Amino acid sequence: MLSFILNRALQIIPVIIGVTIATFLLAQIIPGDPADVLLGSTASEETRQELRTALGLSEPVYIQYGIYLKNLLQGDLGQSFTFAEPVTQVLVSRLFNTSLLAIAAIILASIVGVAAGTWAALKPGSIRDQGLSVVVLFFNSMPSFWLGLVLILIFGLHLRLLPVGGMDDATGSLAGLAAHMVLPTFTLAAWSLAVIARMTRSAILDVINSDYIRTARSRGVSEARIVLRHALPNAMPTVITVIGMQMGFLLSGAVLTETVFSWPGIGLAMYQAISTRDIPLIQGGILVLAIAFVLINFVVDILYAYFNPKIKLA
Amino acid sequence: MATMTQSIPAASEQKESVLRRVLSNGSLVIGLIIVAIIIFAAVFAHWIAPFDPLHVDPLARYQRPFSGWHILGTDEIGRDILSRLIYGARFALLVAILPTLIALVIGGAIGLLAGYAGGIGDTVIMRVFDIMFAFPGILLALGISAALGPGLTSMIIAMVVVTIPAFGRIVRGVVLGIKEELYVEAARTLGYSHARIALRHILPNVLGPAVVYGTLQTGRNVILSASLSFLGLGPQPPTPEWGQMLASGRTAIATAAHVATIPGLAIVLLAIGFNLIGDGARDMMDPRFTKERS
Amino acid sequence: MTMHSNAAPSPAAPILEVSHLGVAYGNDARKVQVVHDVSLAVSPGEALGIVGESGCGKSQTMLAVLRLLPRGGRVSGGAVRFDGRDVLALSARDVRGIRGHGLALISQDALTALNPAMTIGTQMAEPLIHYDGVSGAQARKRCAELLDLVGIPGATSRLGSYPHELSGGMRQRALIAMAISANPKVLIADEPTTALDVTTQAQILQLIDRLRRDLGMALILITHDLGVVAGVTDRVAVMYAGRVVETATTEDLFASPRHPYTKALLDSTARIEGQVSDRLSPIPGLPPDPRSPVSGCAFHPRCSYVRDVCHQDLPQLVDGIAGGEHPVRCFVDPFVTAPARRAGEAAR
Repeated sequence: MLSFILNRALQIIPVIIGVTIATFLLAQIIPGDPADVLLGSTASEETRQELRTALGLSEPVYIQYGIYLKNLLQGDLGQSFTFAEPVTQVLVSRLFNTSLLAIAAIILASIVGVAAGTWAALKPGSIRDQGLSVVVLFFNSMPSFWLGLVLILIFGLHLRLLPVGGMDDATGSLAGLAAHMVLPTFTLAAWSLAVIARMTRSAILDVINSDYIRTARSRGVSEARIVLRHALPNAMPTVITVIGMQMGFLLSGAVLTETVFSWPGIGLAMYQAISTRDIPLIQGGILVLAIAFVLINFVVDILYAYFNPKIKLA
Repeated sequence: MATMTQSIPAASEQKESVLRRVLSNGSLVIGLIIVAIIIFAAVFAHWIAPFDPLHVDPLARYQRPFSGWHILGTDEIGRDILSRLIYGARFALLVAILPTLIALVIGGAIGLLAGYAGGIGDTVIMRVFDIMFAFPGILLALGISAALGPGLTSMIIAMVVVTIPAFGRIVRGVVLGIKEELYVEAARTLGYSHARIALRHILPNVLGPAVVYGTLQTGRNVILSASLSFLGLGPQPPTPEWGQMLASGRTAIATAAHVATIPGLAIVLLAIGFNLIGDGARDMMDPRFTKERS
Repeated sequence: MTMHSNAAPSPAAPILEVSHLGVAYGNDARKVQVVHDVSLAVSPGEALGIVGESGCGKSQTMLAVLRLLPRGGRVSGGAVRFDGRDVLALSARDVRGIRGHGLALISQDALTALNPAMTIGTQMAEPLIHYDGVSGAQARKRCAELLDLVGIPGATSRLGSYPHELSGGMRQRALIAMAISANPKVLIADEPTTALDVTTQAQILQLIDRLRRDLGMALILITHDLGVVAGVTDRVAVMYAGRVVETATTEDLFASPRHPYTKALLDSTARIEGQVSDRLSPIPGLPPDPRSPVSGCAFHPRCSYVRDVCHQDLPQLVDGIAGGEHPVRCFVDPFVTAPARRAGEAAR
């Protein structure tokens, strides 16, 4: 198991380097003078020249990448002119908020998704199974920002049950935080919840006709145990892979959800950066979220191996 | 031998059964109807839109749906929402279908070449795809779109770039599977050129899965493009584009909710249409492809 | 109709009795009947073989008995009585009590029949702990004893193994140990040796035979290979196209097969005693597809003794003209009648 983990850890290094190349290239495709975009139109010619030298804009591309990577390793992602702060500082101060939302959403999506998928798989073709597939279709056809708006409209403005934006109430209490989290968490989770439910259902149906399920039944094992102890664990590797991939959608979906709910995370900062074309902040945000996604998938791979005893030997 | 002859019915019989299978596939039929209606609206927008989608009427701001001449009400500067929706269908279809087609052609060609040629080139391309898959969802599209500067063209480029790897992988997978099959071996021993084998023998087999995935991707592109527009990266105002209409209506959500929610409904409807077609087409295809990444 | 399955001498009342059982798939509009009017019985301690080509309905019959038919399958008629109880009328909860405890099943491929994500010990102990309420430690002890009983060396340490860590023969032994863990009265072995190599096959058959005698279980051995039942079962029922076509004591069946199908099966089987038959002739043609049933006797297209009557009329399972406890479902008795046409012609 340890060598498996080490092996996987070595495999993600080239991927992370690739991710830094890709984010570096984002600045390269900016049309016109990068200094204009990177500094905003108000900067003086002097600061522009300074930046050009600092970034090595007159140097060949690979030297520029070297400079980017060196700065990156020192934690320097450039300066955000929207926030008038180093990008690293903007991102670090908001990473917790984004993680909080993403983790809450993946927990909600996983628990409800796996439960709903299992529940539907118990009676394929039944009313509840068809009902689930309709819900899945709707959740997978709804832009999250629209769902967020509708939820705000219903629960925030009409029923006045829940706050419609921000993260804390005036007191800063935990209950206030929880209340503020309800709508954004559900909005962010909806898409993934549907995908997880659908995949759990089909993964269970794939294994429910297996011989070993029949063996367990032939020995008098109860239907509930058949599903929970025999079918679900064998469906788990597939389900875990799907959940891992959904983490990516949740991290990127955070941009939209945070925007709709004014949730002070990386996504909201990136949205604010779009309108001012604050490229360093966008670049940094993408880099942080992509690396987070790679690391999450690393953990998912290990969990996958844990749930699949045949891999442990390899 | 017996199974071989059974699995290849006569051509006319096959054609008839395909039609019957399409009609008996409820979700496919509903999906096709929804998309056909939206295509109709887009094509004949000029004739069926009751108002000029760009006509500003400061005296008729935020009119409620079904309250007057404006069936679906008006927006923050008094433009007719129904007319904007009808014209917006053009952009919605364009940014859903065009990036899919371009990505299908480019990604498919890359996958075909990589899978057929194999070797170092294949390894490098797959590594690049792996790295692109490391970017979650719309993030990369957001970055490319933002770097190139907001607008329709950069949005389409961004969508194409982020969807190429999925097409490439699917096509490559299929190619690897059938490359070694007997009939390709046979063709090779007959001395056919590589181009001929790739085009005549492999391409037809790749088309099915690529088209099914393409339909599903079109449904996702509806959402992806609306999302980019919502973030301000799509066509700029006053262009009637659904995601952008929703974004600008958002400020008045408390007082005139319809300005934002109605364009959202249009997005949902189009996405449902393409998703139903994709699900239906997938069910009709080899069940193997139902397990492709979602 | 009389209970032909009781034709062979049975000292005690049957422990398991299947009468006129039918199994069908699909709805009424597109019904596919895979088992027709099957009657069988086993007495306590008795060993019955069910022989037939794959798809003849032998496994479907046993799955129906266990109420384990896959989705879409249902019992279309008849009755199953186990230990005096009407199995088909039992509640789901009561069926669970019969499965494992009354009727136990050994599937053919132990690799797929064992849960790959559970250790042998965990899956063995599951019904003991969760149905019988045995404590974890006791269940563990019992499982180790069982593994020892079926001849798995180092039984206690094997409890923690996953199925893929065992060899094919060991897996089959573990599956057998699981089947007998709740002291069943009837052991149903569905092609228990098909997935194994020849040496292991013989060992597993011996093991099943020994366990049956030692534990006093009745055995139903399902196989496509007549060679397997020889020396293991007391009686044999031969099935073809969803029907029982002949029932006899194993001895009688081998000595004087009366149905042309049985005879053809015997001809195609290498005698297990080692004396290789001089002509090992495969049966020409294929068994009928249950989706397009054959008129008359289902075997008539492949039969070398076929007569006009066989094309239209379905023969009943009756004692033949030779007499004795040996019912056969045939208009012709091959030992009095010469073949109507040569075997080679039947292949057309």
